[in-house]
Amino acid sequence: MMPKLDQLRYRCQLHQSATERREETHPLTWRLRDDGIWIDLDDYRAMDGYTAVTKVLANSSPDDVIEVMKDANVRGRGGGGFSAGVKWGLTLKGQGQPRGYLVCNADEMEPGTFKDRLLLEQQPHLLIEGMILAAYANHSRFGYVFLRGEYVAAAKAVTAALGEARHAGWLGDNIAGSGFDFDIALHTGAGRYICGEETALINSLEGYRANPRAKPPFPGQSGAWGKPTVVNNVETLCNVPAVMRHGASWYQGLSGQLSDDGGTKLYGVSGLVNRPGLWEMPIGTSGEELMDRAGGVQSGHALKAWLPGGGSTGFLLPEHLACALDFDTIGKQGSRLGTGLIAVVTDQQSMVALVRNLEAFFARESCGWCTPCRDGLPWTVKLLQALERGEGEPEDIELLDKLADDLGPGKTFCAHAPGASMPLASAIRYFRAEFDQGVRRSRTPSDVDSVGAGG
Amino acid sequence: MMAKTTRRNEANVITREGDGFHLHGDDREAILQIVAHYEQPQAACIDALKIVQRRHGWVPDGAIPAIAEVLGVGAASVEGVATFYSLIFRQPVGRHVILVCDSSSCFLTGYDALRDALSIHLGIGFGETTPDNRFTLLPVCCLGACDSGPALMIGEDTYAPVTPDDISALLEAYP
Repeated sequence: MMPKLDQLRYRCQLHQSATERREETHPLTWRLRDDGIWIDLDDYRAMDGYTAVTKVLANSSPDDVIEVMKDANVRGRGGGGFSAGVKWGLTLKGQGQPRGYLVCNADEMEPGTFKDRLLLEQQPHLLIEGMILAAYANHSRFGYVFLRGEYVAAAKAVTAALGEARHAGWLGDNIAGSGFDFDIALHTGAGRYICGEETALINSLEGYRANPRAKPPFPGQSGAWGKPTVVNNVETLCNVPAVMRHGASWYQGLSGQLSDDGGTKLYGVSGLVNRPGLWEMPIGTSGEELMDRAGGVQSGHALKAWLPGGGSTGFLLPEHLACALDFDTIGKQGSRLGTGLIAVVTDQQSMVALVRNLEAFFARESCGWCTPCRDGLPWTVKLLQALERGEGEPEDIELLDKLADDLGPGKTFCAHAPGASMPLASAIRYFRAEFDQGVRRSRTPSDVDSVGAGG
Repeated sequence: MMAKTTRRNEANVITREGDGFHLHGDDREAILQIVAHYEQPQAACIDALKIVQRRHGWVPDGAIPAIAEVLGVGAASVEGVATFYSLIFRQPVGRHVILVCDSSSCFLTGYDALRDALSIHLGIGFGETTPDNRFTLLPVCCLGACDSGPALMIGEDTYAPVTPDDISALLEAYP
């Protein structure tokens, strides 16, 4: 390959060197190599890999695993923030129930999010170990890694790791002599953001269009092929081995006084900052500290707003950076932690244009199943485009505000449109003046309809 | 020996009347292998479309009933899936598909300039293919390279950040 081309090739890399990452403080990333080469089975085993599986399968019941996960308070790292232990506790299992499926949601497509890619490409065995433990807890008979089609390097790493794990007996029949059988297949997607919604993901896994399903029944009761199905995000599952090795109180202690949530979080920063990137830090780390890591906004720019964790989270202001980046704290500010990878907007960037970009994304990615989402989102784009051109009507902003409300929680079939409404409503709330500027100042004669009423 | 090989190849190809689409025997086998991963054959539908696309570059009309037949499902169901997913192409594309990330982080770091420069360089817009069938230009959801935006993919390769100045050198590597 030409040197120029090689330089342009994207490399997913954590911004913390091996000297900074320790097993006691960085459960997700302490094994990673500074050169970014993946941790194969030999490396992983040499660093205590699969010891959580050995320990748990020999000494713990599935219910024990669930209790530890509840106590550790591992909240869903895909952005939902729901306790993984509670979710597993609600899964139908045991006498008379069919053994169902464990699905890893590796359909990372949330705008501004690039964290699962790191774990998938560089440490797939950690994910596999987490999936084995989760499957044991949930009585799952088989697992799938639902990976977005564009993550080619991740597909190669996961495929290689699944082969190694199967060959070494970590997958298949009678894992580690425990009598527990479980195997995993890689399922690669073919595009569409909506596949990340867990019931849409299940439809896609079954080979159908990725329209979400009605809840209830929740996947834990009836998911893939009608069987109890647990869907967890990559990062969530990658937390499980350390929780089971070191215990719930150790995991809780990682975040100390910073947060009621346990553990660490893969945080990231994108946008016009000096050092965009990805870091593993205690959950509840403040936005200020994360921005310090990212070296602040580029010179000549000032911070105007930020998205805390993806396109489906509400904008926050510079003063909100003092907040702990955890689910409850960011929720109380009227936004959502989402994926915890923040996107920075500077004073020279137009909120109207950015919101138009976001709503165009959500409009395109709507599955089209329910009317508010299918028709409402393109309508917001049309209104925003007019404001962007300076051709908005005075009532357009109220209309956008109303649309944001009509697309909100409880009014659509799934969380897609409510997600889309968050950046829209918050941008209008905080940056109304920018929207006002897009309203047509005065009407020129050519704007006046030459055809009279009834003509 | 030669004649034998030819006969075997002929046996591996299902010929459909009408549009002349052939589902290659190897592809049929690959699809059936994937079916084994799931409770029901419909689940192999997306993979089946990808297998056909890998061979033909896109999914011709004749592939739809052929896949439906292998899976034992209705052709309408396969077509519904084929037209839903953005990485399944239902019309011919160029030898190299360029997927330009148009999501928010790339938008904040230079997407507009990159898209315009690509469009001028190639003389095509989104959804179009260059007359020499070399490149097709498409937008794509957040590529998860946000710390290095703006990002794009050419075929299976991800590049980021890509500035307008990089385009010539980059595209040269894809003849």
